[in-house]
Amino acid sequence: MDATTFFQNCVTGISLGSAYALIAIGYTMVYGILRLINFAHGDIFMMAGYFTIFAIANFRMPWYIAIIFVIIITVLLGVAIERAAYKPLRQSPRMSIMISAIGVSFLLENSATYLFTGLPRAFPQLGFLQTVFRIGEVSAPIVTFITPVLTIVLLIALMYLVNKTKTGMAMRAVSKDFEAAKLMGIEINHIITITFIIGCSLAAISAMLYFSPRPMVYPFSGLMPGLKCFVAAVIGGIGNIPGAVVGGFIIGIAETFLVATIPSMTGYSDAFTFVLLIIMLLFRPTGLLGEKIAEKV
Amino acid sequence: MPMEFTNKKLKKSTKIILTALLVIACIVLTYMLDKGIIGTSYSVRIVRIAVIYSLIGVSMNLVNGFTGVFSLGQAGFMAIGAYSVGIFTIPLASRPNVYYLVPISDKIAEVIMPFGVALLMGGLIAALFAALIGAPVLKLKSDYLAIATLGFSEIIRAVIANDQLWPVTNGSLGLKSIPGFDSLFVPVLISAAGIGFMVLLIKSSYGRAFKAIREDETAAEAMGINLFKHKEMSFVISAFFAGIGGGLLACHLTAIDSNQFKIAVTYELLLIIVLGGLGSVTGTVISAFLISFGKEYLRWFDASHSIGAWQIPIFRPGLRMVIFSLLLMAVVLFWRRGLMGRNEFSWDGIYNFLRKWPWRWHKLTSGGYKAEAKAKKAARSAGKATDRAASRTKRAEKKAARTADTEEKKGVDNDAE
Repeated sequence: MDATTFFQNCVTGISLGSAYALIAIGYTMVYGILRLINFAHGDIFMMAGYFTIFAIANFRMPWYIAIIFVIIITVLLGVAIERAAYKPLRQSPRMSIMISAIGVSFLLENSATYLFTGLPRAFPQLGFLQTVFRIGEVSAPIVTFITPVLTIVLLIALMYLVNKTKTGMAMRAVSKDFEAAKLMGIEINHIITITFIIGCSLAAISAMLYFSPRPMVYPFSGLMPGLKCFVAAVIGGIGNIPGAVVGGFIIGIAETFLVATIPSMTGYSDAFTFVLLIIMLLFRPTGLLGEKIAEKV
Repeated sequence: MPMEFTNKKLKKSTKIILTALLVIACIVLTYMLDKGIIGTSYSVRIVRIAVIYSLIGVSMNLVNGFTGVFSLGQAGFMAIGAYSVGIFTIPLASRPNVYYLVPISDKIAEVIMPFGVALLMGGLIAALFAALIGAPVLKLKSDYLAIATLGFSEIIRAVIANDQLWPVTNGSLGLKSIPGFDSLFVPVLISAAGIGFMVLLIKSSYGRAFKAIREDETAAEAMGINLFKHKEMSFVISAFFAGIGGGLLACHLTAIDSNQFKIAVTYELLLIIVLGGLGSVTGTVISAFLISFGKEYLRWFDASHSIGAWQIPIFRPGLRMVIFSLLLMAVVLFWRRGLMGRNEFSWDGIYNFLRKWPWRWHKLTSGGYKAEAKAKKAARSAGKATDRAASRTKRAEKKAARTADTEEKKGVDNDAE
């Protein structure tokens, strides 16, 4: 592999990794607060892709309005899912709420197949995002360069929110101890809603960045990115926001280089993520940046 | 008619006779379906798939419902069983047609097995994989375990479809010309034997250990149950029967490819066991039949319908699956126990259920329910009244205490002066 290909792969990998990182933040935040793998998160991401198609191709919105529109609709969808499917089960065993999450994911996939048909749909041009940009020998659509920058900016903003504001303090309290936070007068439902708003808006942004360099959206296109991003969250240490970003970058870069260096492994690129997960869970179950939690009886 | 309903038990001999009658009825029904005396080849197909799904559903319930281990790897084990049956039972003559792009590997080109042997081998390979996977995965906690098993099932699928294995699995082209069943009795008997084995297992001391683990892992461990050993056992047995079920499915479909064993299959099985009741064998069987028949007969929703010249826009392909996913959501949210909860079908249960109807009817006509509701309401309002009284006295007490406090303070102030 010569230097140009190497840098080209680096750029692609980092860009893919940052898109994963944005989704992984949604998983890690929901898991931190509700102790729930939000299986539907990947499908919310897929729906955001469809919303973008509708906003631009069908409603003919200018791209800057479309972005805001997509974020708002995705957030509404996410909050509605939380209210309808997760809130009534807050007191029930972990398994029921997880089955409910799987049910929502199944429902979203099937509804997308029903509403938008199973045929892949072309993703529209989002403003200047697809213009090809070159740095030296390396050329890629401009979105590939914007994605990591935007991810870092959003991460810094989110870290400020979580660590410096009152809402962030409440979030940290809820993720530390649900019951105690309730006793301290924290509005649990309010905090959970905020968590879902943040997670879903990041998923919407990620969908626009992820699908822009790719040609198609189809009803199951959220499934694999969703699972991979959960793995990314676990690798970084679940419940830890910078950890999720690190995990996302690791998965994105590793996947790109695996396919680039050993082309015969292309079929295994999805499987590779899970191998990484198993290795991680065996040797460091708390993730790279996670804290060790003792099991309580 | 007494106001209190008491459960009665049937005599043991009656139960044995009823069970024997049920078994005979099943055999006769299978025979009649098989010979085409009743039903069409279409309904035989649905019964076949329902029977196969019952076996796989019960195997999944053994891990999820009885052991409390949330495993989502069933589709992968099914794929192993299906490919094992597919590869080794395709007649030698039709193999060049199946492997037309990449010729079959020399090592297995001449190997052909009877259906039973290939099926058993599929089950054993699935069990072996489960044993290997189980060692690292079963040490994880519930949600990590779900993702890890889901991941493994995806890995198995990716490996099957991969280029290097093309001479064995025929890659993404899949396998076809797999010989079908000679008679409906083959899947019915194999499934019945498998489910019977699992029922015996659940009733044994191992089964009680599984249930103890489901209820409370820490307590079970404290009672001296080896957590890992029992979880691994339940996981491996479940994978074995999932493999067998997958093999039967290959024979039923006669053509398979790796895309048929996607995660959606596991979700469908999850719907079956949740609807039937997590922790109920009979519930799983009943719901496997309900879902299989429902899935076929609800195809009506996928076809387009019109009133006169106006085509109703909501009927188009995909609506059926939307209904199914809504059903799963409804069961999870409003009817969490499913059809059977953790109960099993029993003649006593049916007997008491039937006996209860006249009693219910009597209660309804004599105004028993009304009286009960009235009494409940009265009790509730009385409770409220006492609550109110209690809070009133409490408030009075508080007030008194406060005045006493201030007076005391005054007293202290006076003393200070």
